Amino acid sequence: MSLKIVVCVKYVPDATGDRGFTDALNTDREAVDGLLSELDEYAVEQALRIAEEADDAEVTVLTAGPEDATDALRKALSMGADKAVHIEDDDLVGSDVLGTSLALTKAIQHVGFDLVVCGMASTDGAMGVLPALLAERLEVPQVTLLSELSVADGQVTGRRDGDAATERLTAALPAVVSVTDQSGEARYPSFKGIMAAKKKPVETLDLEDLDIEADEVGQAGARTVVDSATPRPARTAGEVVTDEGDGAKRLAAFLAERKFL
Amino acid sequence: MAEVLVYVDHVDGTVRKPTLELLTLARRLGEPVAVHLGPGAEAAAPVLGEHGAVRVLAADAPEFADYLVAPKVDALQAAVAAVEPAAVLVPSSAEGKEIAARLALRIESGLITDAVDVTAGDEGPVVTLSVFAAAYTTTSRVTTGTPVITVKPNSVAPEAAQAAGTVEELAVSFGPLATGTKVVSRTPRESTGRPELTEAAIVVSGGRGVNGAENFAVIEALADSLGAAVGASRAAVDAGWYPHSHQIGQTGKTVSPQLYVAAGISGAIQHRAGMQTSKTIVAVNKDAEAPIFELVDFGVVGDLFDVVPALTDEVTARRG
Ligand SMILES: Cc1cc2nc3c(=O)[nH]c(=O)nc-3n(C[C@H](O)[C@H](O)[C@H](O)COP(=O)(O)OP(=O)(O)OC[C@H]3O[C@@H](n4cnc5c(N)ncnc54)[C@H](O)[C@@H]3O)c2cc1C
Ligand SMILES: Nc1ncnc2c1ncn2[C@@H]1O[C@H](COP(=O)(O)O)[C@@H](O)[C@H]1O
Repeated sequence: MSLKIVVCVKYVPDATGDRGFTDALNTDREAVDGLLSELDEYAVEQALRIAEEADDAEVTVLTAGPEDATDALRKALSMGADKAVHIEDDDLVGSDVLGTSLALTKAIQHVGFDLVVCGMASTDGAMGVLPALLAERLEVPQVTLLSELSVADGQVTGRRDGDAATERLTAALPAVVSVTDQSGEARYPSFKGIMAAKKKPVETLDLEDLDIEADEVGQAGARTVVDSATPRPARTAGEVVTDEGDGAKRLAAFLAERKFL
Repeated sequence: MAEVLVYVDHVDGTVRKPTLELLTLARRLGEPVAVHLGPGAEAAAPVLGEHGAVRVLAADAPEFADYLVAPKVDALQAAVAAVEPAAVLVPSSAEGKEIAARLALRIESGLITDAVDVTAGDEGPVVTLSVFAAAYTTTSRVTTGTPVITVKPNSVAPEAAQAAGTVEELAVSFGPLATGTKVVSRTPRESTGRPELTEAAIVVSGGRGVNGAENFAVIEALADSLGAAVGASRAAVDAGWYPHSHQIGQTGKTVSPQLYVAAGISGAIQHRAGMQTSKTIVAVNKDAEAPIFELVDFGVVGDLFDVVPALTDEVTARRG
């Protein structure tokens, strides 16, 4: 029996670029080059490892995003995923996380799944809640924020390093998991992988294919609105001194002046 | 007056500080009603009342500890149905955000996570966020349903405001999803005796420049002289020099203390994401070109092994 794994990956603006907003106060996805979110590489990695352990498994990578988001899918395919699904529709622009979770849920159901693997958070929105929303919508267990996981005998088990405690978790498949950047280094695509990825199938779906009404997602369906976005005022340049044996004294004097001592 | 639900983060009835901050914010929007799940509601009630909770809705059941997240969503949903609040505030912990998100989906409401401020507005709560590694500040609102908002620690100073804090039983029935993910074991984090990282007024962090687990004693000594928490960069954590639970940054903790001290940390964007909103920032780094110096109020270009121990001595001498 084949194990069907769907990995959700997001195409995000490069965090080292000058990220900003459009006039409509959405994340500007054109000003800065996009890439596969680094945190989702860990998700692809874990999915591939689980697939390698299983007798028979199929890994599908899934994204909801603009045309260029195909780049993120190609990268995941070149790492070793088998096929890709791209949800692309102009009416998705401006979706909040609830809208995005609806589109992804429908696509996951379309593909069929035993296991959904997500990253811990997107590097742009950084909410870290989408996996929980997928679990709620798909009506399956959420086993999230794992720094270690394994899948065997129809069960997923893992370790979650929470705020106050480390928990060992277990749930029956089908399930939604998310993995942290502690879960294990992601592999680099090999040259062979990059070549092979070019021939792997990418299915494109729009809202109609997913049976979603335009007003359920996108700006129209968003349940939140951004009223203003202001660049943080540059920190006024502080004093930087070179230590000539008196560095600590001068730093202490500064801390005293600011009433820390 | 409208009531506002506040989800209580506690350890067996010992309320954690971010919850008191939430109660303070909630009073701007209406009358706070606390939701306390698990054991210890009677112990928590006086503290919650002191900070403005008019009522404490309490539910205790083994499911809250034995299964992940979903039982708490059932309970919070029951509280929303019982109270019909004007808003729901939840601490922005990993778990808090997951609970809030699933709740928002169920009650068909909008969700905003990681608020750094919440104020009352004509069209409901106005929520301030710090986004893109704190490069931008945004204000936003929930336009549909009961606003569900998660709030970061240190967003406001907790203020006392005595209210009744009457404990009332919250009836919860668990749905089919509640018992999906079993918590097989739970190992509480060992206390270091130092302040909680996200709640600390001062944080002293070490990075790759610390160059070894044993050298972190230098960072800890400065932290102890200042009564501070200890943080680390990802490079230091990945090298195994300090536990991941102390990592500051995008994939670690976000801190916003009064004073942040960075030693041997270059100041990469992902690190900044976790500390950029600190009120005062100082750094010690031997590279004058390190990007961390763009952020500092005071910086010392020098070897941390000279500067940090000498600073510890200065602090100890001055603090007496
Ligand atoms: C998706 C993603 C998420 C990430 N999340 C995080 C995160 O949460 N937190 C985080 O910190 N990073 C994170 N990173 C990593 C980040 O990009 C940097 O690699 C990391 O912050 C570097 O740590 P560092 O400053 O300690 O090391 P380096 O960049 O190597 O800097 C070390 C500094 O120490 C100085 N130094 C060396 N010796 C001495 C000495 N004796 N005295 C004084 N100074 C000295 C050097 O001049 C240098 O500036 C993330 C990266 C990615 C891609
Ligand atoms: N547009 C998207 N397409 C596919 N997966 C996504 C998308 N947005 C978020 N995800 C997945 O959900 C995780 C958490 O995202 P977030 O809740 O936005 O921080 C990410 O690491 C991805 O695995």
